[in-house]
Amino acid sequence: MEFLSYLISGISLGSVYAIIALGYTMVYGIAKMLNFAHGDVIMVGGYISLITMLNAGLSPWVAILLAMAVCTVLGVLIEGLAYRPLRAAPSLAVLITAIGVSYLLQNSALLIFGANPKSYTPIITGTVHLFDGQLSISYVSLLTVAACIVIMVGLTLFTSKSKMGKAMRAVSEDKAAAQLMGINVNSTISLTFAIGSALAAIAGVLLCSSYSTLMPTTGSMPGIKAFTAAVFGGIGSIPGAFLGGLILGIVESLSKAYISSQLANSIVFAALIIVLLVKPTGLLGKYVPEKV
Amino acid sequence: MKTNNPSRMKDFATFAGVIIAFLIVYIMRSRGMLTRSLSGQLVPICAYVVMAISLNLTVGVLGELSLGHAGFMSVGAFSGVVAAMSLASVIPSPVLRLVIAMVVGAIFAAITGVIVGVPVLRLQGDYLAIVTLAFGEIIKDLINCLIVGVDERGLHILFNATGSRSVADLHLIEGGKVIIKGAQGATGVKAIATFPAGVVLILLALVIVLNLMHSRSGRAIMALRDNRIAAESVGINVTKYKMMAFVTSAALAGAAGALYGLNFSTIVSSKFNFNTSITVLVFVVLGGLGNMTGSIIAAAVLTILPEALRGFDKYRMLAYAIVLIVVMLGTNNAQVKALLAKLIPHRKKGAEEGA
Amino acid sequence: MPKKIRSVNESPLVPVPTDSYIPARDLGKLPVLEARHIGIDFGGLRAVDDFTLTVGSTEITGLIGPNGAGKTTIFNMLTKVYQPTRGTILINGKDTGPMDTVQVSKLGVARTFQNIRLFNEQSVEDNVKLGMHNQINYGMFSGILRLPNYWKQEKIAHERAMELLSIFNMQDMANMKAGSLPYGAQRRLEIIRALGTNPCLLLLDEPAAGMNPSETTELMENIIKIRDTFHIAILLIEHDMNLVMGICEGIAVLNFGKLIAKGTAEDIQNDPVVIEAYLGKKED
Repeated sequence: MEFLSYLISGISLGSVYAIIALGYTMVYGIAKMLNFAHGDVIMVGGYISLITMLNAGLSPWVAILLAMAVCTVLGVLIEGLAYRPLRAAPSLAVLITAIGVSYLLQNSALLIFGANPKSYTPIITGTVHLFDGQLSISYVSLLTVAACIVIMVGLTLFTSKSKMGKAMRAVSEDKAAAQLMGINVNSTISLTFAIGSALAAIAGVLLCSSYSTLMPTTGSMPGIKAFTAAVFGGIGSIPGAFLGGLILGIVESLSKAYISSQLANSIVFAALIIVLLVKPTGLLGKYVPEKV
Repeated sequence: MKTNNPSRMKDFATFAGVIIAFLIVYIMRSRGMLTRSLSGQLVPICAYVVMAISLNLTVGVLGELSLGHAGFMSVGAFSGVVAAMSLASVIPSPVLRLVIAMVVGAIFAAITGVIVGVPVLRLQGDYLAIVTLAFGEIIKDLINCLIVGVDERGLHILFNATGSRSVADLHLIEGGKVIIKGAQGATGVKAIATFPAGVVLILLALVIVLNLMHSRSGRAIMALRDNRIAAESVGINVTKYKMMAFVTSAALAGAAGALYGLNFSTIVSSKFNFNTSITVLVFVVLGGLGNMTGSIIAAAVLTILPEALRGFDKYRMLAYAIVLIVVMLGTNNAQVKALLAKLIPHRKKGAEEGA
Repeated sequence: MPKKIRSVNESPLVPVPTDSYIPARDLGKLPVLEARHIGIDFGGLRAVDDFTLTVGSTEITGLIGPNGAGKTTIFNMLTKVYQPTRGTILINGKDTGPMDTVQVSKLGVARTFQNIRLFNEQSVEDNVKLGMHNQINYGMFSGILRLPNYWKQEKIAHERAMELLSIFNMQDMANMKAGSLPYGAQRRLEIIRALGTNPCLLLLDEPAAGMNPSETTELMENIIKIRDTFHIAILLIEHDMNLVMGICEGIAVLNFGKLIAKGTAEDIQNDPVVIEAYLGKKED
């Protein structure tokens, strides 16, 4: 029963990673850049929802929508102002810029909200008790898992069926060819950042709800872990991000419970290393050979 | 060999520059012209300069992005501190102990480099980058679990994975001392690192990296960066030269770590986290890939700058972030470059020029 | 198959190739290359199938065929960029079975690339020295510590590099960055770099691509000069028929991954299968 409860908390944590990883993998797939600022968008989403609920006293659902709206705008702005001018630049320049944006977001939050952790009221409280109270699952966990599944199904349908989704896949495969086919590359990339950032906002709300605290660096580690999850599953692959997020969440939760809480992060990273050694493009990634 | 080779002249100027800068700072310090906080920064600056040179070997010369370089610094720092503290009674000379500590730090970091390099260097591009990040975090966590003490019977090392063990479990006999206390890090370290030693380490790192670059091995390493397939076609062993660059880079980072660690009385493993790796990467990119002079200038300037801006403590990092973005846009985007040129008509040639 | 093509000598122990186009001077010597029934599949696609070719020790051979016929794929197999799915490749009678690119290079196979692959950030001289990588004998520590061996070897390497550059009169460009050279010079530098490996077989992938007729004529003279100076075999892929017919002693024609003809220039020009492959079937 104990195992089951750790497993469920792992699935819940993994769902948060999966939601972030889905955004990350889409952004990476299309922009081919390590967007280190992605994790900080999660933090912004957390603060926006916190203010909405606490200071404006609005309902959690309004808070989520507002957080999504703000993060979407933020994501599109970041892409347009910082990344778009560097589309032809070496990838390291883009990486450093992303790090700059990450510092910018973190330090802006530090100035506005201060360094102390703020306590975060979960958007939904209460727990389900099963097996005569031996197993309890919080509503937040259930909501997280449900949200993750809905998002993953929605994104899969969007990218495979809709016109914009197909355009997205085309741009991620070959920008020049997509442009020649009449696809507006810039707006497609903006849309991808918008979706990724909106997902980050949702992840932010769910993450803060399950941990109940929020500070300017809240997003960094989950951001890195989610990126790890995306690479683990095969970067650019939507089912891969979902799978990677879930597995890493479960690995982390079980390691904390049974091996060592200090080494849980290390075990997660070791899992990534092992998977990449066996399959250098991740679980569901595909190998593209270099043409000679 | 020809002496009119422009790159050799530049190397010579770099050596001369480092020595002149050292003499100026040394004289200023002996006359009390440096603030206390700046004097305290001299050894860390040297350590970061060596870090930048060594990371530039991986990122600029070999052409592989590493996001976990602080891990090697950490290995060097802790192994160096252990070496220096456990030899304290045997070797009275602090200079000799510092040298031994740096050598030990370099060796342990090099061994770690081999262990990390074997799996990592099979990967490519961003996959390689994320795995170096992973290794950096793993090294940090592992060192966090170490409990080390020394007594007459020798070194005692405990691995405290579950958090259940403590210093008492070392069972040190009378007169023994604890060196590393798990997450609390190494405490009671005797700060034996000196500014001249730091400068010597910089010069040594420069000699190693520049001579390597101008040798057969260095050419092979750069050939892998420029065109791996062509390099193989002329018979260059990819794994061998990738490892050579990576391990040399790790060893230099280890020596820098030992220097850094022996400058403070307390040193914790969380200091060498992802952010430290990124800080050093920023030095390398701003200084220019493969440009060792640029790395030195960028590392020195960007380590001093926050000290100089201490008055604006709150806005310091914000300003740093904005400068970082603007410099990247300015050096890589034609329109932004033109705009900046208009705003600042007489832009001084600075560290960011090399990027 | 036209009857002019005779069966290839299958045994390296009897080094007398029976192919008609192997020049008389090379008969009785071990052929530098024997490719026997080599083939490679990509997924389900048979990119090259049953390719057999013998190249004499100082022969200049042409490999021609329409675009997509699999010519560069053959080069990639010979240099082990791709491991052949079937068949055997012998270099100077030595089976290259499980060898990789580096080992094959050490056996003496050097190449240029269709889409030039120079070490763009390094100087012209260093590019040549990189070609000579396995000819220079000093290790990492001699290099870092600048031991006497370093100075001695680098001096020899410098002189040799200059000598090689003089083949194409490129000594003046020694200190330029390879990436900043004009296109033609980049192609020539690639050949020099390949010669630096001290090869016995030089593979040239479209050496005349992008050159005007007078540059091509000069290149033809230089290819012959290289063969005569270094006494090596040259196998080249080329679309410029003047070059191929002008200097190649033997020619192999490839279409859809299969060898359709082998022989001298004259044989090939009159071969109806070759004409059909290039011009299509005559309608009557």
